[in-house]
Amino acid sequence: MKKRRKNGGAVSGRSVWGLVWFRFKKNKLAMAGLFVLIFIMLAVLLAPLYVDYQAVVSQKITNRFKAPNATNWFGTDQFGRDLFARVVYGGRISLFVGLAVIMLSFVAGCILGGLAGYFGGVVDQVIMRIVDMFMAIPAILLSMAVVAALGNGTGKMLIALAVAQTPRFTRIVRSSIMGLRNQEFIEAAKCYGSSSARIIFKHLLPNGMGPVIVSTTLTLGQVIINIASLGFLGIGVASPTPEWGTILSETKAFIRYYPYLGLIPGACIALSVMAVNFIGDGLRDALDPRMKN
Amino acid sequence: MGNKMQKPANENLLEIRNLHVRYNTDEAVVHALNGFDLTLKRGETLGIVGETGAGKTTMALSIMRLLPKRIGEVTAGSIIYDGIDILKASANAMLKLRGKRISMIFQDPMTSLNPVQTVGSQIYEVLELHYPEMTREEKHRRVDEMLELVGIPPARKDEYPHQFSGGMKQRIVIAMALISKPELLLADEPTTALDVTIQAQILELVRELKRQFNTAMILITHDLGVVNEVCENVAIVYGGEVIERGTIEDVYVREKNHPYTEGLFGAIPDLVTDLPRLKSIPGYMVDPTNLPEGCKFADRCGFCTERCRRENPILHRLSDTHFIKCHLFEEGSNHE
Repeated sequence: MKKRRKNGGAVSGRSVWGLVWFRFKKNKLAMAGLFVLIFIMLAVLLAPLYVDYQAVVSQKITNRFKAPNATNWFGTDQFGRDLFARVVYGGRISLFVGLAVIMLSFVAGCILGGLAGYFGGVVDQVIMRIVDMFMAIPAILLSMAVVAALGNGTGKMLIALAVAQTPRFTRIVRSSIMGLRNQEFIEAAKCYGSSSARIIFKHLLPNGMGPVIVSTTLTLGQVIINIASLGFLGIGVASPTPEWGTILSETKAFIRYYPYLGLIPGACIALSVMAVNFIGDGLRDALDPRMKN
Repeated sequence: MGNKMQKPANENLLEIRNLHVRYNTDEAVVHALNGFDLTLKRGETLGIVGETGAGKTTMALSIMRLLPKRIGEVTAGSIIYDGIDILKASANAMLKLRGKRISMIFQDPMTSLNPVQTVGSQIYEVLELHYPEMTREEKHRRVDEMLELVGIPPARKDEYPHQFSGGMKQRIVIAMALISKPELLLADEPTTALDVTIQAQILELVRELKRQFNTAMILITHDLGVVNEVCENVAIVYGGEVIERGTIEDVYVREKNHPYTEGLFGAIPDLVTDLPRLKSIPGYMVDPTNLPEGCKFADRCGFCTERCRRENPILHRLSDTHFIKCHLFEEGSNHE
């Protein structure tokens, strides 16, 4: 795995992942998505360098509902807080909780799906029936139920969303592993004495990553929306901590007269979700063996 | 070969006794091995020849204990490898055996390498699994040496399998199989997927390395010519049984052969005699889901008698090395 990542990152154009990057680069929409996402990520990641967190929470009632201007780029909200600061800091939560959720459910999905797909039989039945149970409940409802059970808070919301996304990853990983487990190189790996764990994590998962990576990027968009939805419903990130969905929720009463209050955080959500989806589409095409030429 | 003499006589590396294996599929029960017997001495090279479906690969997988889970089942018999009862050994003991003391080469080099790992790291992995005490530098050095031995420039070890040709991939597979210096190499049709010139190179390589490492080898093939080139002994397999076994001279001199072996020889084109058509063995391979009571070759055999249909022959001894499983060779009877 270590080896693969090293070669996958470099633009050598020779390794399997190098070829994927080569094909990905040719997809203009996907590259645009990648740049937008990197830009947004850098902007929110480096926020402390150019925005004082005080601006996010300090209220100044005399300064409320200021339309976008030179000092307040995105205007101010009903409490006179700078919307630009709130959107930038809010993005930290939206995007990084989103990424954390994806990573958590990705790892859980790889382990569960790997075990189910490789061992089959009883192991598969038990894991997949539990996964089916979770899958039967809509993700957002499941997250709400978990938040209700665990209580409010960013960390708990993260777990709630990860629980809701894990079944999806489990299914994809399982099917991808099942297609590979009878390949000759797996048989060969057994023949030179690899243990089951080694076969799953070193041979099967790296080979079955294609569809999983595509799904990861597409799911990231979904998760960002889910975080916003939970925020909007008031059970996500608690005020006054900003988060794109929470900002929308707080300002919804004033959107009629001050539309920028809704438009700007909404546009941020839409833009990042779109960027992520373009990347996912591009990756899917780049990883599709039928597109090889 | 000379190195056989260095070992004490009678020292058997592998003994397979009366092995019965069946596959329980949804449609039918397939009897893949039906009383398979085999002994292999240290350093010996044995060719196993038989048609598709004769049970050659099943035998190899049984030795590795890698029969398909839930489907393959050993119903009787034993496999003793150097005193270890393979069928009763623990899973952990098998992990230590596979790849270290017994290695296997597969038919298709195109698919037997992991496509997303560099070839160097795949060879390295075998050492990592079986020689944890070795330092990193030592392992890397061994990988380089092994690549050199199989004729791949070590500089190419950071490349991926798709960047190599079929013959080179098979060389890499051979490097993986031999880097741990196993006592037994199971080669399951190692040259079938390669073209003839590459085939000769690979066989030469296998023969050379086998000699260098003093590895015993079971070469599974359906090509009598390949066996003649590489092996000292040969076993002919039909319907999941060894029906003839002997040294290359015993079998290839064609004085006394099982009717099936004669059929196999008859199907090889010959440069000397002018034949309008090759002779093929009439009929089809015995149906492993529905085995006859008597000799499994009876339906296709020109010498078939009433007795052959009733009673499965035992292995008759023709000489110290030559054995044939056919009623024709019963003590006292003479076969033309």
